[in-house]
Amino acid sequence: MTVLSEDVLKEIVSVRKKYPEATGAVMPALYIVQREFGYLSFDAYEVVSNALNLPRTIVKGVGTFYAMYRHEPAGRNLIQLCTNVSCMILGAERLVDFLKNKYGLEPGGTTTDKRFSLMIMECIGACGTAPAMLVNDDLHENLSEKSIEDILEKYK
Amino acid sequence: MLLKNIDNPDSADINVYKNSGGYSSLLKALELQPKDIIEEVQKSGLKGRGGAGFPVAMKWSFAAADPKFPKYLLCNADEGEPGTFKDKIILEKNPHLLIEGMIISGYALGAECGYIYLRGEYPKSRDILNKAIAQAYDDKFLGNNILGKNKKFHLSVHFGAGAYICGEETALIESIEGDRGQPRIKPPFPVNAGVWAKPTVINNVETLSNLPYILEIGGEAYSKIGTPECPGPKLYCVSGHVQKPGVYELPMGTTLREIIFTHCGGIKDNGKLKAVIPGGITTPILPPDKIDCPMDFASMPKYGSMLGSGAVIVMDETVCLVKVCWRALKFLEHESCGKCTPCREGTGWLRKILERIENGNGSQEDIGLLLSISSNMMGKTFCPLGEGAASIIQNFIKHFRPEFEDHINKKKCSVRI
Repeated sequence: MTVLSEDVLKEIVSVRKKYPEATGAVMPALYIVQREFGYLSFDAYEVVSNALNLPRTIVKGVGTFYAMYRHEPAGRNLIQLCTNVSCMILGAERLVDFLKNKYGLEPGGTTTDKRFSLMIMECIGACGTAPAMLVNDDLHENLSEKSIEDILEKYK
Repeated sequence: MLLKNIDNPDSADINVYKNSGGYSSLLKALELQPKDIIEEVQKSGLKGRGGAGFPVAMKWSFAAADPKFPKYLLCNADEGEPGTFKDKIILEKNPHLLIEGMIISGYALGAECGYIYLRGEYPKSRDILNKAIAQAYDDKFLGNNILGKNKKFHLSVHFGAGAYICGEETALIESIEGDRGQPRIKPPFPVNAGVWAKPTVINNVETLSNLPYILEIGGEAYSKIGTPECPGPKLYCVSGHVQKPGVYELPMGTTLREIIFTHCGGIKDNGKLKAVIPGGITTPILPPDKIDCPMDFASMPKYGSMLGSGAVIVMDETVCLVKVCWRALKFLEHESCGKCTPCREGTGWLRKILERIENGNGSQEDIGLLLSISSNMMGKTFCPLGEGAASIIQNFIKHFRPEFEDHINKKKCSVRI
């Protein structure tokens, strides 16, 4: 059974205060637990439902609806590469192939050394500087095969 | 005005904002009665910049007139329509403009609490906004006693988690309440029964950011900018095959041709224009002979399209439009919330047909099937997402049918990106 530290519980209680109802805090609480454990396990829903005193079905319903909650452990660095229209017409698909060929990284997959995971994104709002990707919380724009290689070198 | 100071590397800092006159409109607003602020917005003619173009003062007056309490102000910062990135520049470079706009709006509406619903794909914006909000609390622009004037407004960021549908206002409400982001039936409208069943106004980032400027120059002067039907400055964000993509602040009603060829420097690498999606991927695609359209809410329908979010995607002749259509449908299938059958099933069905055409396995009947499915979706989906999908199909085929036929006949793409 997953146990939350006192600090994490305090953080959830603090987030709860921003909303008139406990349900408002479900999404931020799930983010907090995901940050702590890397993904949302069955236990994660249990601990959030206990922390907010809400039924687990409600919490799990939210956690499984939104695309950015993960249900499997990710690698140390999460690449979120956009392939939507503006990125696609400027070559994003070639970058997906490049990640596959160079790093053995399939969309939705993780490298064998757990260094990178790859998510194909449905637009990250960097259309004017396409193609673009997020690595963890860092935005990288105007990507090419060469620049991706240089960028990923910085993430160990 | 919205992009004032953004070249200053510290433009997100409260002191830079204050030194350039920031928060002076709030001071002015607090000396007015709430109804006077709404009247000033009425005079300005401001229309919502999120896509629907609804008159802002009208929406506000509905909520202000509702006696239920508390009331809420939500900022829709979930610009998830592919092609759209206009709000991010305000969120990251001029966050205090939005915060000031929200405090003014909250006071006008009688709302003491606001949330900025920010898309999960913008972690940097979240950090910048949180810092800016903390600065605004420190300087007493937010809190229980704003600037000692006995007015209250609290503000926080609600971070989304990757669901395009949450840009739809009732789905956004569901999401803030901590539920799956699925749209609600209207009525009741959010202005009367929104978040936690209380009167709620939802405005886009760009809309709210116009407020300080309206109070600074007055509603009447503001109404002289742009076109009489759609006044004000507008942020147009341009991506794709142009020399200088980016966000441009121009008077509402600037033509698509002027945006592409004057401000963005024309087509990249001396290419030839093939098509433009003028307001985000669900707005009807336009062929090159339609780009003299003024980009405003009233004019675009006359040219067979919509202003949407003002997100222009420019495509040159290297682009395969069957593939663009497929990618747009793949997106909408992924983002369909699943609540209504026409959208949930229709988007997936359309995507599969487009995929087989793109892969060289399409049949002669497929174009008719695409049109039949999309016409059966039109007007029968719970919210505009499904209709957007149907509209994409109908407009791509209307303007570029030979390209679809060519794909089917030759069993391959003759264009290829």
